[in-house]
Amino acid sequence: MAQTSIEKEDAIHPGNPVVVDRYNRAARANHWITAISLILLALSGLAFFHPSLFFLTGLFGGGQNARALHPWIGVVLFFSFAGLFIRFWRANLPEKADRDWLAHAGDMIKGDEEKVPPVGRYNPIQKFNFWAMSLLIIALIVTGLAIWDQYFFDWTTIPQKRVAVLVHSLTAIALICIWIAHVYAAIWARGTLRAMTRGSVTGGWAWKHHRLWLKELAERHKVKKPATPAE
Amino acid sequence: MEPSPHTATSNPPVAATNTNLTERDLVRRSASTVPPPARQLEPVAKLIDVSKCIGCKACQSACIEWNDTHPAIETNTGVYDNPHDLTPDMFTLMRFTEWDNPQTGNLEWLIRKDGCMHCEDPGCLKACPAPGAIVQYSNGIVDFVHENCIGCGYCIKGCPFNIPRISKVDHTAYKCTLCSDRVAVGQGPACAKACPTHAITFGTKDDMKKLADSRIEDLKSRGYDNAGLYDPPGVGGTHVMYVLHHNDQPEIYANLPKDPKVSPVVNAWKGMAKYLGFAALGLAAAAGVLHSALVSPNRVTREDEEKAEDLVKEKT
Amino acid sequence: MTNSWTDIRNTDLVVIMGGNAAEAHPCGFKWVTEAKANRGAKLIVVDPRYTRSASVSDFYAPIRQGTDIAFLLGVINYCIQNDKVQWEYVKAFTNAAYVVKEGFAYNDGLFTGYDENKRDYDRSTWEYEIGPDGFAVVDDTLQNPRCVWNLLKAHVATYTPEMVERICGTPKDKFLKVAQMISECSSPTKTMTSMYALGWTQHSKGSQNIRSMAMLQLILGNIGVRGGGMNALRGHSNIQGLTDIGLMSNLIPGYLNIPVERETDFATYMSSRAFKPLRPNQTSYWQNYKKFFVSFQKVMWGDAATAQNEFAYQYLPKLDVPAYDVLRTFEMMHQGKVNGYFCQGFNPLLAFPNRQKITESLSRLKWLVTMDPLDTETSRFWENHGEYNNVNPSSIQTEVIQLPSTCFAEDEGALVNSGRWLQWHWAGGSPPGEAKHDTWIMAQIYRRLRALYEKEGGAFPDPILNLTWNYQDLEEPSPEELAKELNGYAVEALTDPADPAKVVLEKGKQLVNFSVMRDDGTTACACWIYSGCFNEAGNNMARRDNTDPDDTGAYPNWSFSWPLNRRILYNRASADLQGNPWDPTRKLIAWDGTKWSGYDVPDIAPTAKPDEVGPFIMNQEGVSRLFARGLMREGPFPVHYEPFEAPIANVIAPKIRGNPVARIFQSDVAQFATSEEFPYAATSYRLTEHFHYWTKHNRVNAMLQPEFFVEISEQLAAEKGIAHGSWVRVWSKRGEVKAKAVVTKRIKPLICDGKSVHVVGIPLHWGFTGQARKGWGPNSLTPFVGDANIETPEYKAFLVNIEPTTAPVSV
Repeated sequence: MAQTSIEKEDAIHPGNPVVVDRYNRAARANHWITAISLILLALSGLAFFHPSLFFLTGLFGGGQNARALHPWIGVVLFFSFAGLFIRFWRANLPEKADRDWLAHAGDMIKGDEEKVPPVGRYNPIQKFNFWAMSLLIIALIVTGLAIWDQYFFDWTTIPQKRVAVLVHSLTAIALICIWIAHVYAAIWARGTLRAMTRGSVTGGWAWKHHRLWLKELAERHKVKKPATPAE
Repeated sequence: MEPSPHTATSNPPVAATNTNLTERDLVRRSASTVPPPARQLEPVAKLIDVSKCIGCKACQSACIEWNDTHPAIETNTGVYDNPHDLTPDMFTLMRFTEWDNPQTGNLEWLIRKDGCMHCEDPGCLKACPAPGAIVQYSNGIVDFVHENCIGCGYCIKGCPFNIPRISKVDHTAYKCTLCSDRVAVGQGPACAKACPTHAITFGTKDDMKKLADSRIEDLKSRGYDNAGLYDPPGVGGTHVMYVLHHNDQPEIYANLPKDPKVSPVVNAWKGMAKYLGFAALGLAAAAGVLHSALVSPNRVTREDEEKAEDLVKEKT
Repeated sequence: MTNSWTDIRNTDLVVIMGGNAAEAHPCGFKWVTEAKANRGAKLIVVDPRYTRSASVSDFYAPIRQGTDIAFLLGVINYCIQNDKVQWEYVKAFTNAAYVVKEGFAYNDGLFTGYDENKRDYDRSTWEYEIGPDGFAVVDDTLQNPRCVWNLLKAHVATYTPEMVERICGTPKDKFLKVAQMISECSSPTKTMTSMYALGWTQHSKGSQNIRSMAMLQLILGNIGVRGGGMNALRGHSNIQGLTDIGLMSNLIPGYLNIPVERETDFATYMSSRAFKPLRPNQTSYWQNYKKFFVSFQKVMWGDAATAQNEFAYQYLPKLDVPAYDVLRTFEMMHQGKVNGYFCQGFNPLLAFPNRQKITESLSRLKWLVTMDPLDTETSRFWENHGEYNNVNPSSIQTEVIQLPSTCFAEDEGALVNSGRWLQWHWAGGSPPGEAKHDTWIMAQIYRRLRALYEKEGGAFPDPILNLTWNYQDLEEPSPEELAKELNGYAVEALTDPADPAKVVLEKGKQLVNFSVMRDDGTTACACWIYSGCFNEAGNNMARRDNTDPDDTGAYPNWSFSWPLNRRILYNRASADLQGNPWDPTRKLIAWDGTKWSGYDVPDIAPTAKPDEVGPFIMNQEGVSRLFARGLMREGPFPVHYEPFEAPIANVIAPKIRGNPVARIFQSDVAQFATSEEFPYAATSYRLTEHFHYWTKHNRVNAMLQPEFFVEISEQLAAEKGIAHGSWVRVWSKRGEVKAKAVVTKRIKPLICDGKSVHVVGIPLHWGFTGQARKGWGPNSLTPFVGDANIETPEYKAFLVNIEPTTAPVSV
């Protein structure tokens, strides 16, 4: 019985340092499409949210274009994120180890990761990020369709639209906040970004942040050819 | 023989006139601020006397002609209302209601000219995210400026009367302008001009209120004890007002709202949500900055790498 | 109209019955709202439907279509029973006191002299008793049992409130409320105005509908006064002009008659038109008939009309029948007796009854010319439009020639409104494409015909060759030239009869008005009643001065009102026998001891003494007629007759079907239905969004009311399983239509003679050409029957059946 879940593409390349495949090309592309959509949505959405940010519509060639594009980008985001969801929902299911980890979450934030018990492929904060994103995006697509008047005006009543637009804006704010945390964490934990650029992390990164995951990979002999040593 | 006789003097001049409504007369501008206007124009109002209205739709045809719109030729759905609703090409609409008066036992055919009410506190303008797409002049006219409109439909959500409509052609919002282009050159709205029974009159809001008073008095003398002026305070009063025979139940006139106000949801969205949203975003960003200042980056150490190498060697 | 649109604002009570002014005359209706807003006037609407007029009324009473006479005679009965009579007026200004000949009687729905085979009366007993002095016998005490008042009283006694309810379906309490409100206007200081239109005329007894109200208005003293009168709301903007100019087969302009066959010479023609006064001192203005007639002949044929040749009397056709009205013409066409038909500004395929018969008739023509600004259904009658016009073009041999003409906004000229105002208007645009003014087309036809007569001679070329044609542009007379002919001019220098040396009007000058016309051929005038419209003062029709001294509503300097710029006809009757206004606050004219003067042009000789000369100067009696003598074909008093297709039998005369002297043709009788076959009472009407069959060609009007519908009550819809807005089939014995169902509370079943009567309302604005959705007109259903006096078809009351159906199929 596995201690923690691993993905099909995950694999260890022995070497010095050890390199661990974390995201294959498809996963990375999927992530970046989602990320770019989200940024565009945030920019255009914020432009409608507050007059002081209306200038952002200039990035889209004006208000009319921003208004027309925003929902379509939302559709892209929705399906793109759905791809990520299908890919990673299992890896984000809660595990036994998460409870221990959470008890030491404060140490993690303080930077005392040594005190934190090991976790699998994702730690509970990352899982929260995943599930929060999932729920918020569902809320956004539903409320977004309700106010996509160009095609769906007749699907909802005006009082429903009013609620929808309020929920949509609050949800979007929440999502952006989570996104900020997500990006910050990726930068703060050095060596993380390469997971989404090159698709792999170093063995040390895996040892430090996701030890159970690394151990599981090792246990299961998910080993591929040695990592090309640095020239 | 004498030359051909004199012309009636009751019509306004037809010579070219400069517009009397300019940017300088704006008191509100959507998603932006305006400097205090240089002058205060006399507030105007259109008074629609429902008790005088015969539902002839001359107002609708005058509106179509003046604004050069092209509403579709629809079908009959069992009612006299045509088109069936306000559209981007039909800014005003006669709405017909057959109402059995429970007090008298008599049928009444209530005919209300629907259209923009030109609220003193316009919900559409409040909701609009596009700077300058909706403006309000100091005479009370609320106007849509199409080159600034982005077609988002927020005005529809802001309006307590369900008036604006978005065009599928140019994706901008349309509604009655109170013929601001005519008012700007000293003329009244086209509908008022065309109304054969003077059910629609236009003038200063004070004059219209006085006219309404005399009409209400007449209606009361005819047994309409609840006759009154519809100038709802919930939206700060309106610059289109109705004389209703049954002002105690405006909703019988094709769902004219009894106490319209900008929806609390819209107010929350345009008020609380904005502050909350900005606060949340600010907090998130600040937390990041603070954290990065207090906690050094989380780096993988050489030791970590070695431990990983050991593990991998051990297991493979 | 006896009065004018603007005068309606002076009234205390508006009765809209036989019309729907708010719907069909919204612009004129503004004067009703003015009267209501400024005078506190009340508005009563009596109609089978709760109409747009009813929506702004103070009181609405339902009535079954075609029963107006019973209702109105009921009101007259109420006024007599309750002594609500303007007695001074009735005694002085009506023929109430006149004694009727022995032998005149009324029994079982018929007057004396009826011949069932001829469907006509011998009217010789319908006359006054003439005294040894040669004048009508009068009993000012009203004691004589044979005086008009006592005969009237007895005649209307049948029409009790209970009887009214039984016939009309109007609940008794509602009828009594209306009667009571109306009767209050018997006060000399309260007036009522009657506004009616085709709701009264389009019946087989339409003229009598109107007469009933006219009688009521006389009893209330409301004729000739401000805010009173009988006000016919004309449909087309110039339909008043049409009748004035005599565009009818039996008239020449100014309500003069075309001779009939037995009037073989001018002397015979004039012998029945002496119009000798029936009472001493009376004006009997028609005594001037010869002046008007001769002046007409002079304008037509100029030098060719001389005293020696009876002023070209023989140039006029002589009628072999009373009139070639539309019903007769189409009946003849149907029999194959008409080869060619000129259809100018008319759309018979939708306008004339029994469309199937119209289609068959047009198909039997050799040629049809349509002159119209629009692509009318008539000009496309041969074209298959699926169910909407299901004809087989290959079986129709009629050659159709369409001549595009101009619409009103592209014309210059005068339109005559309901208030008899000749309002000049100017062209607002140029005609599109090949469209030509009607005057150009008519001139071209005349010029070509004339050339043919010149070349080929023919049986009788004189009327064509000698026609006056002195226009600057021989190809197209100008509107001003034609208008000047209507006004009239001096053919020779006119001299003062008292001083032959003194020239009062030089040769060729415009006549000041008809008072200077002569019967010796020295004056010419195309339409005597219009004389004064374009005199030496200029084009008075183009006057646009809207000043109104003392706000009387007269607007004397706005356009020109015939006759003589008089705004209210019979205005002498607005003052009592001393010449003082009945209502000083509504003074119109008054007698100052030597002459009449006031706000309007007096409708009496200016020096006619008030206690001597009666106000109704066109009548030989000088008074108005509660008893019409022999001038109406049905009888001197109106009688309630059911429509030819009625849901119940005539309660007061069960054996009589319809109007016993109405215009019917034997071939159509088989197509009259009974209520067993067709149980529902249908009526047709106009909607405010449209004008006849024209505006469906305009996208704005087409949008405002896009599709043909019929209106039925919620009860009938429930009985028949008809859903709101669904398709229904409506059929009569003559045809069928399909329409959307408007299920409404505004129509309610009526209880008539104990039977529940459902009303089906059918508006008339759709056809198979134009911008609106394709549909039908009610004429697919209506019977081929006309009024007894003026032959107007009975469009307002007929029987149909109705059932749910599916959408019609087009091509």
